[in-house]
Amino acid sequence: MNTLTRTIEHTEQHGPAEGLSRWFFTTNHKDIGTLYLWFSFAMFLTGGCMALMIRAELFQPGLQLIEPGFFNQMTTMHGLIMVFGAVMPAFVGLANWMLPLMVGAPDMALPRMNNWSFWILPFAFAMMLSTLFMEGGGPNFGWTFYAPLSTTYAPPSVTFFIFAVHMMGISSIMGAINVVVTILNMRAPGMTMMKLPLFVWTWLITAFLLIAVMPVLAGVVTMMLMDIHFGTSFFNAAGGGDPVLFQHVFWFFGHPEVYIMILPAFGIVSEIIPTFARKRLFGYASMVYATASIAFLSFIVWAHHMFTVGIPLMGELFFMFATMLIAVPTGVKVFNWVATMFRGSMTFETPMLFALAFVVLFTIGGFSGLMLAIAPADFQYHDTYFVVAHFHYVLVPGAVFAIMAGVYYWLPKWTGHYYNETLGKVHFWISFIGVNLTFFPMHFIGLAGMPRRIPDYALQFADFNMVASVGAFIFGFSQLIFLVLVIKTIRGGDRAPAQVWEHPQGLEWTLPSPAPYHSFVEPPEVK
Amino acid sequence: MSHSAYYVPAQSRWPIIASIALFLMAFGAGSLINGLANNSGGLGLTLLLAGAFAMGMILVGWFRTVINESQGGLYSPQMDRSFRWGMSWFIFSEVMFFAAFFGVLFYVRVLAVPWLGGEGEKGVSQMLWQGFEAQWPLLTTPDMEQFPGAVGVIDPWHLPLLNTAILVTSSFTLTLAHHALKVDDRPRTILWLGTTVLLGLVFLLFQFSEYVEAYEELGLTLNSGIYGATFFILTGFHGLHVTLGTLMLIIIWLRVMNGHFSPDYHFGFEATAWYWHFVDVVWVGLFIFVYVL
Repeated sequence: MNTLTRTIEHTEQHGPAEGLSRWFFTTNHKDIGTLYLWFSFAMFLTGGCMALMIRAELFQPGLQLIEPGFFNQMTTMHGLIMVFGAVMPAFVGLANWMLPLMVGAPDMALPRMNNWSFWILPFAFAMMLSTLFMEGGGPNFGWTFYAPLSTTYAPPSVTFFIFAVHMMGISSIMGAINVVVTILNMRAPGMTMMKLPLFVWTWLITAFLLIAVMPVLAGVVTMMLMDIHFGTSFFNAAGGGDPVLFQHVFWFFGHPEVYIMILPAFGIVSEIIPTFARKRLFGYASMVYATASIAFLSFIVWAHHMFTVGIPLMGELFFMFATMLIAVPTGVKVFNWVATMFRGSMTFETPMLFALAFVVLFTIGGFSGLMLAIAPADFQYHDTYFVVAHFHYVLVPGAVFAIMAGVYYWLPKWTGHYYNETLGKVHFWISFIGVNLTFFPMHFIGLAGMPRRIPDYALQFADFNMVASVGAFIFGFSQLIFLVLVIKTIRGGDRAPAQVWEHPQGLEWTLPSPAPYHSFVEPPEVK
Repeated sequence: MSHSAYYVPAQSRWPIIASIALFLMAFGAGSLINGLANNSGGLGLTLLLAGAFAMGMILVGWFRTVINESQGGLYSPQMDRSFRWGMSWFIFSEVMFFAAFFGVLFYVRVLAVPWLGGEGEKGVSQMLWQGFEAQWPLLTTPDMEQFPGAVGVIDPWHLPLLNTAILVTSSFTLTLAHHALKVDDRPRTILWLGTTVLLGLVFLLFQFSEYVEAYEELGLTLNSGIYGATFFILTGFHGLHVTLGTLMLIIIWLRVMNGHFSPDYHFGFEATAWYWHFVDVVWVGLFIFVYVL
């Protein structure tokens, strides 16, 4: 009892612990948020290097730099690392930092579990990356790991891949439970659900999706493990199973998963645009309902990834129309962002630039998604670079730009310093040009029939591929500017006041910058 | 510190040590399983056991910390709500885990196997295995050499029916224990909890003997085609959950004997009860869809 009392007093009165133990043993949402964000950035660079290897090989037709087998490992690992290592942890990091500040809580609801959620990740990714050095090489079956490529024909390291996915799943589920509980239970008095900032709302719905589908991913990799090592025939028709079954279960996870990677981005952009348009967000309630609708629809559209696999006509039609329905709530969101800016007195600081680029480029990605949703047309587009262009438009200038917008927006709140605006703008414009150079030509070569995941291509695709590769290197190396900028901001810079920007909405701006180690020890009153 | 302040624990060593233990378990299991193929899983087994042992110790230590904090009165009603929400959402994630396997079962029965037998628009797969006839339970697989099928399936009206009765009864005895705890009748709480634990153990024993029967007499194995695969993955994971639930019940039982819990405040007990009821409901689903239908 005595020790406990002392512990409480210690936590109450003191800041972070000294040295490395602060990061290993922390229960503080800001520390854990920081860990998540740095881990995510490290993975972003790792996955980025793999992408650059792919683009270097595709710079010219023919095989010049890497073996086709290694190329396959690169495409696979690039996808897995970016999805599970870069984008998802970045959003969890932002959630950790911002949710308690935004709902007026002292910390996340379950602080020790929070630390566990994070620390599982480095071990999971260490295991996954170690597969690259194993006999037979790392996973080479694409990030979607379709059976039987990932079962019958997989390298032995697939076993470690499976357990790494299990660990990521455990981490995600615990992280998501923590988010939901924090939002439902830790709100300051007076903060009703319909007063929640949109970033909080989108994360609540994202966390629900995570809890709903990560177990399904665990289920599908478990069945793979059983098929590979224990003689079952889930994905083998010789025993009465079905390889297509794999795709159904995988995409039942996979489609909500892609919304997991975009809904928090919607939330970030919905925070930033009102601040820099100096207006309240247009259509708050419709934003909430649109997010919920998108989440609901995400459960009934999965087979649009499988139009060419041979599903019954009624299935194709159902999944085609259900998918197109998603354009409605998404359209509501884009409309609301534009309407928020309408007649606003706008300024274009770096977060706003990234947010604006998000709105425009994500919409392009959305439209190409609509094209892919048309089942008969998809027979042409399927597994071409058009698909690659589509999902990179929604993920890179979509999710990644939103993450960067969020980092720029909240960095002064975290560090107490303004970042260097010039450097930020340079980072933005080079990234913007690089991203479009990389991914826009992929639409053309995709429509012309260049297949994805192949290390060589026909001569007529050469020019656009060269452009894409140049763009990729520009985009990749411009992220080092971001790294330098963040480090410089942590070390110093102009002092940021509590509000940071001109009259931004939200509780996080009522705390001083940098925010105190324990956020709201006394819950604020929300009117 | 105001009276209602939310308890934020101090730094803790458990999470990172637990991550290391989890890593050892996963890496060990991977090495062990990969080694099975070429008989070189020695180190894997060591790592797995070391990791599992460490994880066991961590769970004991971590839960002891939480229990001590709770007994020390550090938790507020708000904290209690956090635990309730947390446990509810954890059970929801478990529901989705089983939902995936039930989905697999339905897909295979309703679509994949009939298609394999030549039905419907996808009936072309008949070209691969001519003469294959769709049936459920699938005893004759398309390729009997690779997946030798089973002689028969478990009769639902013997052991499974008995097991259903046992688990449903155990849910009732657990509720009786809960009611006894609420009126602070310790001896009856201990009695009914003990009965629940016993029923859980008997269930597991019966389930084990059913597996022996399936393997020894019916040729119903993991390798016997899709029926065996779905049968074992569903009942197997359910069995693991019953094992975990029984362990949780035993811990709660010991805590009641040690004077933990009050008539008003006993979330550890309730969380275990929720989990047990969830496991029970899954079993009813299994009994209907795996055994009977």
